Amino acid sequence: MTSRLLDAQELVKSFGGLTAVANVSVHFDRNELVGLIGPNGAGKTTLFNLLTGETPLTSGSISLYTDQGVQTLNGKKPAQIAQAGISRTFQNIRLFKDLSVLDNVKIAMTNHYQEGFLTSVFRLPKFYQTEAAMAQAAHELLKIFDLTAVADQPARNLPYGTQRRLEIVRALATKPSLLFLDEPAAGMNPEETADLTQLIRQIQRDFHITVVLIEHDMSLVMNVVERLYVLEHGGLLASGTPDEIQRDPAVIKAYLGGA
Amino acid sequence: MKVTLKSNLAWVGVMLFGFIIIDALEFAGLINTFIENMLVTIGINVILAVGLNLIIGFAGQFSLGHAGFMAIGAYATGIMTQTMSTPLGFYISMVVGMVIAVIAAVIVGVPTLRLRGDYLAIATMGAAEIIRIVINNLKITNGAAGLFNIPALASWVTVYVLMCLTTIVTVNFIHSRGGRAVMAVREDELAAGAMGINTTRWKLAAFVFGAATAAIGGSLHAAYIQTIAPGDFNIMASIAILIIVVLGGVGSITGTFVAAVVLGALDTILQNFGTVRMIIYSLALILIMIFKPAGLLGTWEFSFRRWLTKGAVTHD
Amino acid sequence: MQTFGQQLVNGLSLGSIYALLALGYTMVYGIIKLINFAHGDIYMLGAFWGYYSLRAFHFNFLMALCSAMVVCAVLGVVIEYFAYRPLRHSPRITALITAIGVSFLLENGMSALVGANARSFPQALPVVTYHWLGIRVSNIQLLILITACLLMALLELIIKRTKMGKAMRAVSVDPEAAQLVGINLNHTISFTFALGSAMAGAAGVLIGLYYNSIDPLMGMTPGIKAFVAAVIGGIGSVPGASLGGFIIGILETGVQAVGLSAYKDAVVYFVLIVILLVMPAGIFGHNRREKV
Ligand SMILES: Nc1ncnc2c1ncn2[C@@H]1O[C@H](COP(=O)(O)OP(=O)(O)OP(=O)(O)O)[C@@H](O)[C@H]1O
Ligand SMILES: [Mg+2]
Repeated sequence: MTSRLLDAQELVKSFGGLTAVANVSVHFDRNELVGLIGPNGAGKTTLFNLLTGETPLTSGSISLYTDQGVQTLNGKKPAQIAQAGISRTFQNIRLFKDLSVLDNVKIAMTNHYQEGFLTSVFRLPKFYQTEAAMAQAAHELLKIFDLTAVADQPARNLPYGTQRRLEIVRALATKPSLLFLDEPAAGMNPEETADLTQLIRQIQRDFHITVVLIEHDMSLVMNVVERLYVLEHGGLLASGTPDEIQRDPAVIKAYLGGA
Repeated sequence: MKVTLKSNLAWVGVMLFGFIIIDALEFAGLINTFIENMLVTIGINVILAVGLNLIIGFAGQFSLGHAGFMAIGAYATGIMTQTMSTPLGFYISMVVGMVIAVIAAVIVGVPTLRLRGDYLAIATMGAAEIIRIVINNLKITNGAAGLFNIPALASWVTVYVLMCLTTIVTVNFIHSRGGRAVMAVREDELAAGAMGINTTRWKLAAFVFGAATAAIGGSLHAAYIQTIAPGDFNIMASIAILIIVVLGGVGSITGTFVAAVVLGALDTILQNFGTVRMIIYSLALILIMIFKPAGLLGTWEFSFRRWLTKGAVTHD
Repeated sequence: MQTFGQQLVNGLSLGSIYALLALGYTMVYGIIKLINFAHGDIYMLGAFWGYYSLRAFHFNFLMALCSAMVVCAVLGVVIEYFAYRPLRHSPRITALITAIGVSFLLENGMSALVGANARSFPQALPVVTYHWLGIRVSNIQLLILITACLLMALLELIIKRTKMGKAMRAVSVDPEAAQLVGINLNHTISFTFALGSAMAGAAGVLIGLYYNSIDPLMGMTPGIKAFVAAVIGGIGSVPGASLGGFIIGILETGVQAVGLSAYKDAVVYFVLIVILLVMPAGIFGHNRREKV
């Protein structure tokens, strides 16, 4: 039994003369793991940017299905979209570098723990309670990603791969129902990639969320995702289950024809 | 929790200690009006610079209009205490000044905080100049001549207590949900937005907070110095506060204290040097910046908590 | 109509001074992203050089103008070398505070040296006033306007046509890449300071002639206004700085003419804020969006 989470219809984005995303329609259901693949410059990141409000749409429509009903995301600011339950990571890591790992996570929880101005500046008991609850929740997330030991380090001190994991933790801390991961395994070796992909699969199930994963290499995601979208030159080349994609003539031509 | 309690008590101790020292020296007659003047100036400068450091150092917004908000506080007190010449009247005037400064900060901040870096600096500088020019031309503010014989309703004790209070409130804000949100905006505005932080709102929060504390500084200035004129709140006044922030270290409240004290002392010592005073001052400024580009303390912050948990946490 | 024409003439004369000053701000900002707070004081020094060269050395106007430009160019280069170069890789706010320090130093150094009082600038040229369609134009105003326009044209030529000018543009777009193709960063930055300071020196002599009065703090307010002019025009843009200078000059005289002289600076700042809100990078500036 699936239920729709997000519906994007005929999205178009052009930068001057270049059409980075051309008439792409995608949808995501609750509780699924979807892959988004395509060669360099295919428009994958741009599609994420459109769906998270980072880049304004040239045309198209995006609807989010929430418990309160359908909500259009057109023209909404990134922060509003994040508050509606969509979170993301960035291809070129964008952590709060000078702040501690723990603070990076706590910042993402800002909207879920109301402290109140007077409560915090006068350090009323409620402040300490809220902070303790936040710290606990943050530590639980950090533990899943094996980051407990570095919780007090500034984010900039972490190795590259660890920073990528921290970005996922930070995104999860916003309590999203839909999580976009832009090449989370970039720069990792196949083994680390396999581990990370398994971890992503696991949190997708444990947290009951929908995860959309950008990956260059289709073989890495084939055996974990339920569905795949393939982008090429800004257009949607194919979509379906991994099996269907592997048998799709257009995909075979694009991926194997050129090689 | 235990550590928190201990470190809070330690801070209370420091503040009491400072108070007792000054009080004892005052009692012993070792503080003449000249020195007291210096101490009060340092205190007021700390109030102003801590607020500006919140805006620049923690929220990452380059504001160059702090003196405008200071002027609002100063004139609120200068005008209101002429008819309400009681301590209560003074505090009411201070609150009124803060409220007006907050309103002005919202009016200035909502449109301009969209600007970045130096553009924001120049826009806030312009806004502060507009405030000053309006004061310069109003009847109630007595125009360019300014106000004099303002009732002396603030003593060094008032300044000291308010300096401690505003610092506590500011530091507590920095180490809370709001402070983290504000620092996230400084670190990466785009990522902060993607994490659901309403960046406009938090930038404005820091700006308004800073404006309110600047108004407190202005009120104290008016009630202690007893004479104010629009010229006291010009661009150079904003720059003087900025210098304290940068000299101490952008993003270090401890640094702001150190810089305010160092500059206050330097100023007092140089009083005897006549015309070369400002030359020495400016050379000192240039040299400190060249040899300490991150300010005297960088972003280092003194912390009892770290002291108390030394060993448990690795180096800093 | 008549007063309008008159104010336009006055505004253009004043505007050309701001424009000359704004050029220095915009070039320096374009190349090292520094608000050179001491720039207004270079203009003050230019005026004082003009004063002494006219009085003590009995230079004629042209010699005074040219020598002031050379002297200021050298000063600009020296200041950059000692005060700003060590801070090239420091936070920008540090360099800004240093520039403020240099400004204080020049203002107070000059006050200590020659006294803080205003002095009257020698009349290098006899003033002749022309009447044309009911508008009064003095030869000084024409001289200012023409000199300023010639200098701006010269500057445009240097930037567009010479090797140094090309290097300046390259560095302002991408300093690293410019160095990779063999451009000497230090020379280019020195050259930029020399050019900008020379313009300020010329402006100083011209303002001396126009207002007849100079003092060590005379650079403060025009300096800030000229920076505002550069921002309005789009900081980093040379035509923008000229345009911004004229806009401010005309605005100021216009506001004065309608009897609001007490508010003239407020109007300038208000226009600045409005322009920035509509065009966040000024009139000719480029607004670069961050790529995610
Ligand atoms: N802000 C922008 N301005 C102009 N062009 C852009 C912008 N963002 C993306 N593009 C262009 O749009 C196209 C798609 O880029 P995008 O980053 O979405 O590709 P991608 O599929 O994520 O590629 P990669 O695998 O390299 O990350 C590219 O040609 C890119 O140059
Ligand atoms: Mg990409």
